[in-house]
Amino acid sequence: MMQFNLKIGRFLRNWPFLTILFWLLVVMTAKLVDLTPNQIALANILHAPDLSGLLGYDDLGRNIFSRVLAGAQVSLIVAFVVTGVTLVSGTALGLLSGYYGGWVDHLLMQVTNVFLAFPGILLAIAFAAVLGPGLNNLVLALSITGWVGYARLTRAQALALRERQHVQAAISLGASTPRIMVTHMLPLLAAPLVVEATYSIAGLVIAEASLSFLGLGIQAPNASWGSMLRDGVRYMLIAPHYVLAVGISLMSLVLAINVLGDRLRDHWDIRREI
Amino acid sequence: MMIKRLLGIIPVVFGVLLLTFLLVHLVPGDPVEVMLGESATTADRAQLRSDLGLDQPLTIQFLTYLKHIAHGDMGRSIHTQSDISAMLADRIPQTAKLALLSLAIAIAVALPLGILAALKSNQWQDHLATLSSLTLSAMPHFWLGPLLMLVFALWLGWLPVSGMESNASIILPALTLGFGLAAILTRMTRASLLEVLNEDFVRTARAKGLNEKNVIVRHALRAALLPIITVLGLQLGGLLAGAVITETVFSWDGVGRLLVESIEKRDYPVTQACVLVIALSYVVINLLTDIIYTQLDPRVKYA
Repeated sequence: MMQFNLKIGRFLRNWPFLTILFWLLVVMTAKLVDLTPNQIALANILHAPDLSGLLGYDDLGRNIFSRVLAGAQVSLIVAFVVTGVTLVSGTALGLLSGYYGGWVDHLLMQVTNVFLAFPGILLAIAFAAVLGPGLNNLVLALSITGWVGYARLTRAQALALRERQHVQAAISLGASTPRIMVTHMLPLLAAPLVVEATYSIAGLVIAEASLSFLGLGIQAPNASWGSMLRDGVRYMLIAPHYVLAVGISLMSLVLAINVLGDRLRDHWDIRREI
Repeated sequence: MMIKRLLGIIPVVFGVLLLTFLLVHLVPGDPVEVMLGESATTADRAQLRSDLGLDQPLTIQFLTYLKHIAHGDMGRSIHTQSDISAMLADRIPQTAKLALLSLAIAIAVALPLGILAALKSNQWQDHLATLSSLTLSAMPHFWLGPLLMLVFALWLGWLPVSGMESNASIILPALTLGFGLAAILTRMTRASLLEVLNEDFVRTARAKGLNEKNVIVRHALRAALLPIITVLGLQLGGLLAGAVITETVFSWDGVGRLLVESIEKRDYPVTQACVLVIALSYVVINLLTDIIYTQLDPRVKYA
């Protein structure tokens, strides 16, 4: 009994990692397994879950389990690509701004202030609306709006780091500016940036689904959690399994990533503020 | 201090106007063609082009745009030809009503829950509050909304599914928005109160022999609420963005739904106006939050 409790305890502590691992495996193996998420079968329309279709079938008789997996793939790929682009560009801009100060800094701060004047996902919606739907424009809209957080965070830290003795020593020894930034400042910035990036992956999973829910993201027939939820709501009375399957999948992934972020934050003892 | 803050929003407002103005110019290809579709005649296109001023140089266009906005003129909808300012005047009160009710729900749920969690920290009440706020914050509006709709409207039949016909129609969208905000607010309240409870003045209050209720309500809570007000201002903006999705889910005729409808119809002047109104409201809310904050906190007021 004692050992059993220990096992449960360990599982409860590790569940975010296990959940994230599960979804990552899904993404990596989805191409290998033949899931046919877009295959229409009129006989199965809105069929409830059973042994052959674990999560049931959607309004075109497509297997919801396969489509949830395909949606996870889209979701995580978008989240990782956008995080990569915005993390690199935001950090670079923030470092330059905090290190050089002066008009460069002033200009960047004004630009970020304008971007932050658009609450939440509004600016991404606006960009996606004018750019038009599709995967590429979705990534573009989320990247244009996503770098601001990293830039603010890096800039604030770089301002303080610049005055540190080891940076001043490197400057007086004649080290080049890129060298100072990369070897003397960046390592000290890594922890808060990793925490921020972790939260932003969860945020981007939601953002991708939001835009697709509004019809601005992934287009039919391709699966996305957002567009599946949008379709599912229409058939909620007769086929609640549709909405529930997609919603619970999304929630499990976002929850796991957020808890991972909390743990990393506590581990490195970072106070989060924007 | 206050003057500086007021002057500080001028470049922000200018930037917001510039960015919303440029939106239409980001449309790949010819915006007139995108808006009217391929079947439109050349005369129609030329007409719309000159109506929107798209045949003018960019700087002139921007200046005209500023002049019109200053007069409260947002232009006309391409589809219905109706005045956008009048459309917004219909929609803004609906969104404001929804946002305020959501805010009230969020405060009513989050404050007691956050205080309970802080006072019973590391006991089951705390764990339960933390777990529910974590779960809620992993539920975006387009998932929480349908879930509430499924349970309370479709299964239990207590509330209307969507639309605005009855007075009860506002409850589900307001709960959707309110719970999302409550999730963040509960964690903030808990953290803020826990921090304050360790302060010297709380110990002094206890040492004076005040009863625990007085210590919490009059001393600790007053100090703990200050940072929460700042967060609340920022989150209210999140509420406005969340309203775009929530209003769409529940067919609530606010600014958010107008925005989504205009995007679907490629009615860019309306899209532009909605984005502008939401962003400017957010700027004003943040300004008001700052002002309230300085009024409430004597340390900032007299610094």
